[in-house]
Amino acid sequence: MTTLSVTRATLHKDLRMEWRSKDAINSMLFFALLVVVIFSFAFNPTAEESRSIAGGLVWVAFLFAAVVALNQTWARELRNQVLDAYRVSPAPPNALFVAKALGNFLFVVVLEVLMTPLFVVFYNLRSVGPVWQLVVVALLGTWALVVNGTFFAALSIRTRSREIMLPLLLFPISIPAVLAMVDATTSILTGEASPDFWIKMLAVYDLVFTAVCLLLFESVLNAE
Amino acid sequence: MTGTTDSPAEPVIVLEQLVKFFGRFAALRDISDRFAAGRLYVVLGDNGAGKSTLLRVVAGLMEPSQGSVTLLGTRKLREVAHRVGYMGHAPLLYDELSGMENLRYFAGLYGLHNDSVGSNAMQMVGLDPELLRRVGQYSQGMRQRLSLARAVLHDPDLILLDEPFSNVDVHSARAMAAVLGHVRDNGKTIVVVTHQAALIEGVADDFVHMSAGQIVRREAVLRRAVTTNSGAEAVR
Repeated sequence: MTTLSVTRATLHKDLRMEWRSKDAINSMLFFALLVVVIFSFAFNPTAEESRSIAGGLVWVAFLFAAVVALNQTWARELRNQVLDAYRVSPAPPNALFVAKALGNFLFVVVLEVLMTPLFVVFYNLRSVGPVWQLVVVALLGTWALVVNGTFFAALSIRTRSREIMLPLLLFPISIPAVLAMVDATTSILTGEASPDFWIKMLAVYDLVFTAVCLLLFESVLNAE
Repeated sequence: MTGTTDSPAEPVIVLEQLVKFFGRFAALRDISDRFAAGRLYVVLGDNGAGKSTLLRVVAGLMEPSQGSVTLLGTRKLREVAHRVGYMGHAPLLYDELSGMENLRYFAGLYGLHNDSVGSNAMQMVGLDPELLRRVGQYSQGMRQRLSLARAVLHDPDLILLDEPFSNVDVHSARAMAAVLGHVRDNGKTIVVVTHQAALIEGVADDFVHMSAGQIVRREAVLRRAVTTNSGAEAVR
């Protein structure tokens, strides 16, 4: 039994359960769709205006939608107290964390793939900068959201109002990442500035917080 | 502790001055005891006596506030996790998966990747490994049996069971007790927390009575509390 094999088995199990229940993906899609439609009613921007506001709009939709999925992640493990079965096993705690984070990453990436065409259509978006940079920002930004989100969701599972606790813990610590995501996206869409600084900042943020989460997760898992 | 049943076998569990507080409430109070290998222990007591807490501390799910637990010769419980099986009060199973899918996943946590491990465990508790129904659609008795299968699928040396017979019909419970007797005969140590001692009386070796967070009595033969005509409680 290795960290890799347990990670793979846990990820496979989570994807299978999500495929059957569609709890996370349905609620994320519904929320993101609401944001797209309501904001498109509220504004009627020109292509130029769209480019300057879309960075914030897109990430607001994805951030709030991701929180919905993050809350579901650990709820499954609490039902029937299945987490105890993992805790008494010799399986490495970090394998569970990595599998959960990867699962959430995939769910949010699927959401982004499904929602991006809608954003393009509803807001008449055309990127001035290179599109591949948007993909890099999306991947780094999504990992920044889910790695902290998965960790703080685990931290708040034993609290009574965990749905409230998660955003309270997650949003303040995500501010540097959200700032970098929004500014990088806006820079690429408008082509007015280089997104390099923000992309580097996102990469460093991801590295630092992934390391910290991996170091602390065992204590969180075994907390009473 | 009084009335110890001596056994020449090496102790599998050694509890030393074990104390567990929840806030200011002492759920376990200064428990020191030994549990020998190859025996089936039944832990009895009223609600709140500390039975489940004791089992969770021994399983490593809770840290004791004071004292220590030595399991299979070590105090580092994680080192012997692969030799311990635990069945909780809740089923510890995923409702969205079938029985075999559950066991396949949990076997993987112990490094066992052969499907025969799960199917043998299911057959042992009288469940059909081919059953495609999801656990969420199982009856309560089937869940309990599958939960037992999950606890023993990696062939542990020490098996800790918390209320394995709750919501199980008498016939199934006796079948589960027979399985436990067979497992014990193969040299495994089993600790069962239950309110239904009569169901497992035939295969049990020792009865451990708990009250108010302490082990108050151990005996080889179960003596039942009966209410006399005068209303007083006596033991026979």
